[in-house]
Amino acid sequence: MLAEHQMWQYRLRKTLTRGLLYGVLIAGAALMMLPFIWMITSSIKAPDEMTLRTLQWLPKVPQWQNYKIAWEAAPFDIYFKNSFLIAITVMFIEVIFSSLAAYAFAKFRFFGKNVLFLLFLGTMMIPGEVMLIPNYITMVNFGWVDTYYALIVPWTISVFSIFLLRQFFLSIPHELFEAAVLDGCGKFEYLIKVMLPLSKPALVTVMLFKFIGSWNSFLWVLIMTNTPAMRTIPVGLTYFVSDVGSYYNYLMAASTFAMAPILILFLLLQKQFIQGIARTGLKG
Amino acid sequence: MIRLPLEMKTKKYWKETAEAYLYLLPAFVILGMFSFYPVVKSIYMSFFDWSLLREAQYFIGLENYERILNDSVFRTAITNTLRYVIGYVPISISLGLIVAVLLNSKIRFRGPLRVAYFLPWVTSSVAISMVWRWIYNQHYGLLNMMLSGLANVVNTIVEFVTFGHFAEVWQFANPNWLMEPKWTIINIVIISVWQSMGYNMIIFLAGLQNIPHELYEAAQVDGASPWQSFWKITLPLISPTTFFISIISIIGAFKLFTEIYVLYTGRPGPVNSGMTIVYYVYRNAFERYRMGYASAAAYILFAIIFIFTLIQMRASKSRVHYGS
Repeated sequence: MLAEHQMWQYRLRKTLTRGLLYGVLIAGAALMMLPFIWMITSSIKAPDEMTLRTLQWLPKVPQWQNYKIAWEAAPFDIYFKNSFLIAITVMFIEVIFSSLAAYAFAKFRFFGKNVLFLLFLGTMMIPGEVMLIPNYITMVNFGWVDTYYALIVPWTISVFSIFLLRQFFLSIPHELFEAAVLDGCGKFEYLIKVMLPLSKPALVTVMLFKFIGSWNSFLWVLIMTNTPAMRTIPVGLTYFVSDVGSYYNYLMAASTFAMAPILILFLLLQKQFIQGIARTGLKG
Repeated sequence: MIRLPLEMKTKKYWKETAEAYLYLLPAFVILGMFSFYPVVKSIYMSFFDWSLLREAQYFIGLENYERILNDSVFRTAITNTLRYVIGYVPISISLGLIVAVLLNSKIRFRGPLRVAYFLPWVTSSVAISMVWRWIYNQHYGLLNMMLSGLANVVNTIVEFVTFGHFAEVWQFANPNWLMEPKWTIINIVIISVWQSMGYNMIIFLAGLQNIPHELYEAAQVDGASPWQSFWKITLPLISPTTFFISIISIIGAFKLFTEIYVLYTGRPGPVNSGMTIVYYVYRNAFERYRMGYASAAAYILFAIIFIFTLIQMRASKSRVHYGS
């Protein structure tokens, strides 16, 4: 009898803890989603619904034309084109350059290797803000202010990516390399035909990070662009605020489509994202 | 293994060196131009009265550093940045760890929940700060509406329970979040915690999965409560991850700029309450074109980050448990 009673108590306690666990986790998740929900519902509200003193989640009639109005109020088509163009170019050039450098550090024995590697890693310690000012002057001297060059070229290499790829390359068995070289495979051929195909997860991580970083980058684009023709989405958005002022329904519509590409990319590639971040944490 | 004559070996070595440098060439050129050179150049510039608006620049030694350290605005910037670091880093890390531990148990909907917590991290700080600007709106923003709703509920309950002896215990004052200086850093801390907690959670989850499950089972057999297991097993074994996250978070936190710039539409908050070190650098360099002065300020930022990282490395030596 006692055992049965204890069993029952145990079950009750277990159900309660489970319930509490789900309750806390789901409430937390809802709280995290709240800003997104508020953004989207606000973006389809009519102007008079934006100035209600009481909480009203959904508009009576969804005002989908807010998106059209916001889109046409600023040259968002240009901003989007720029953001995509820059993010994709930077992403591809960077992954090529970083793979080459990482390959040298992983598979070559050469003079000054350790010193160079430390020197490269050292740049990660230095905040980008220290380099901001001389880089700005360099851009002025090159005549690159307000051009794509300024927004692309400095970002085509990242020590972080080199480091990540090198770690991955090192984890590929060295015997494979020796066997391939014995079979007369050149070193470059080995990189292209064996190393890169085996490193897909790491390459995807590097590319994803670069794409997001480029899409969301702000300060550099802010100081390097003077005309709307060169602005990207985040910078364009800040100028849009000064244009529309406090019409928050249009602002929320613009914020929604500014975030949309990255959110869609994330939802499509969730797994790669999460594994990629876990990898940076473990190897860092 | 065949022994090569020394001469051939060195020949091969130098050939490999040449080849390696060819692979490193693009990285060299880009890093050289945009990392190595500017690091040295900005030290040099910090000793000059260097203005973009004229041709000639004047060497002034340490005067820039002296003036910055005596500038009350810079002191405000340091105080604000430190307040932000102290507020944001511990909250973001502990919430990330708590959610990771909860999600690490055997539960359903783990995938969707993980996505929900992580989603804010991928969004652009600019777009999301815009959303928070609307949330913080005094009259029509979500925050005040929800808080006043909550205040009503609390008041009603308290009134009911105490038979009307305590009415209006929570007098909701409808704070003007974006206009009152005392809220500025707190506003930003809330946004940052919301945005970065999911990232910490993902890294913690990866770390937690490396802890052998037998340890928990053994502890349970020995009669340890889940609470004890957390303090005696999880926390020590996760410490390398915690260390990594705290370094990354502190370095990132010292560079606070974008959120302030967007939330306060290109101003450092009411009465400089959102003035941070990077904002100070930005203002002097790109609004006043005092490049030498701003370079010196940027180097002071670097020094502060460097010192903090060193202190952490020291402190972690005894506390971080790296296993065998």
